[in-house]
Amino acid sequence: MPPFESTYLAIVIVGLMGGVLGLVGYLTLAERKVSAWIQDRLGPNRVGPAGLLQPIADGGKFFLKEEVIPRHVDKVFYLMAPVVAVATALLAIAVVPFGSTVAPPPPQAGVAGFEASQAEYRSHFSFVMAPAIDIGILYVFALGSLAVYGVILAGWSANSKYSLLGALRSSAQIISYEIPLGMSVLGVLLIVGSLNLGTIAGWQAQHRYWLVFVQPLAFFLFLVAAYAEGSRLPFDLPEAEQELVGGYHTEYSSMKLGFMLMAEYVHLVTAGFIVSILFFGGWSLFGIETIFDGSPVLAAILKAVILIGKMLFYCAFALIIRWTIPRFRFDQLMSIAWKVMIPLGLANLVCVMIVKQFQWPLLVLTVCSVGLLMATGLWHGSVSMPRRPVRKLTQAHPLPRVGV
Amino acid sequence: MPIAESEVRWAAEPKLGFWEQLYLPAMADGLRTTIGHLFGKKITEQYPEQEPKLPGNYRGVHRLNRDEEGRVKCVACYMCATACPAHCIDIVAAPAPAEWSGREKYPEIFAIDELRCIYCGMCEEACPVDAIELTTLYDLTGLSREEMVFDKEKLLSVFDTTVAAGTDPVRTHAGKLGPASEPAPG
Repeated sequence: MPPFESTYLAIVIVGLMGGVLGLVGYLTLAERKVSAWIQDRLGPNRVGPAGLLQPIADGGKFFLKEEVIPRHVDKVFYLMAPVVAVATALLAIAVVPFGSTVAPPPPQAGVAGFEASQAEYRSHFSFVMAPAIDIGILYVFALGSLAVYGVILAGWSANSKYSLLGALRSSAQIISYEIPLGMSVLGVLLIVGSLNLGTIAGWQAQHRYWLVFVQPLAFFLFLVAAYAEGSRLPFDLPEAEQELVGGYHTEYSSMKLGFMLMAEYVHLVTAGFIVSILFFGGWSLFGIETIFDGSPVLAAILKAVILIGKMLFYCAFALIIRWTIPRFRFDQLMSIAWKVMIPLGLANLVCVMIVKQFQWPLLVLTVCSVGLLMATGLWHGSVSMPRRPVRKLTQAHPLPRVGV
Repeated sequence: MPIAESEVRWAAEPKLGFWEQLYLPAMADGLRTTIGHLFGKKITEQYPEQEPKLPGNYRGVHRLNRDEEGRVKCVACYMCATACPAHCIDIVAAPAPAEWSGREKYPEIFAIDELRCIYCGMCEEACPVDAIELTTLYDLTGLSREEMVFDKEKLLSVFDTTVAAGTDPVRTHAGKLGPASEPAPG
């Protein structure tokens, strides 16, 4: 199947966009269902069988709601913000493989060799919208930082205190967490030696072990930073009913609000794909992915199913973690990013560099990761608590102990 | 008056140990709890299909009790209407028919405005002959205000329904409403 022909490309784009947007709709249902189950409730179950038509009803409601544009907003930017939010989120999907891909050929000397390698490359089908983007992960991060513009534009143009404060807080959070997010990935990129997401997944499939075993600390940092980037619940500071009402989307209504919320779920899906590809071996699953190697179509479908399954697992984990960990205070949020995650990410990167330089086995990195994490635990009282004078307790009132 | 220094008790933040600083055991604990609940038993009542089991002393729609011969038990003493804080009971008394032994009056009209009622249960507490009681019927609806004013027949039919359904109200201090409700000694 020639992937670079416009008809096939159009089919892939329409299919993927439809799939992602449909998934986003059903993620909202899953969110409500999982919330309900964890709270011992049943969740929405009235619209359609077992509530399965609920997202359609919700979407329809968004379209039918009155479109309120307050008189005090800056209309151009106010209308642009949801578009920026949802467009950056959707654009990032373009380079993310959702099934097996073939690594692009290395540069060839001479026109004939180049043409031949390109022709060979084009004869394979890759489950990705833009397969040959060699800066893949960089592109995803670049669009991730553009997502801040959606937040800032929304907050500033709305001309309201709640929106502005929410946007300030949210953009500070997103910008801060981009650094550990990038740091944690750098180690992986050094090990694999490529920025192309398909190549990274292919490397893990070829080596038969996932990078999460080599880089557990990086995975942990990435996971936390990805939740913070997507404003998922332990870090959902932008939306705070008590202080900020709705945060940066306070003044939005109807489908514009729908876009804002949709962008968050699209980020979740993208992050799910990226975690699966960077750390969980993409489409490899302990050799199970090779059982259909006889027929290319079945094998490709199986690999896509494995990768999408991993992504869904990540999404489900995000939904569960939402009700597990209480949200952080804003100063805690910032000190975790700047005082813990960035130094850890840097130390991890240095470890990877040393191991690469001296050609040590990658197992050393696992030991380094665990050691670094333990060191964080031993570094007493410095990580997340603000320093403030605490009066010494007398012998009569001994310090209470916290048990594990 | 300021608090004496000796009475102030100072407390420091508890020191976090190695595992607390790592957050990981706490997270594992939390995940165990949430995943346990995720697959645990649900407590939702599917209301329209599944009727709630209300306690016997629930204070819902009123009923007017009948005596053994099927006549209205009420003696039209106005105690309930007097006790009612919402003034929702209207009674018009009439002399009881001659063949009704042991009472002088009976209610010709007995109407309760179920929209004004606050379901406090004062009426049944005030009633000397246990003629008015609050039942476990809770899903009270109507299309007009007039419909929600329950007259004597309606209130008696509530009695018939609840008796037929076996959902007689049970008070925690049931049967001991007052000396006047007890059968006359001797």
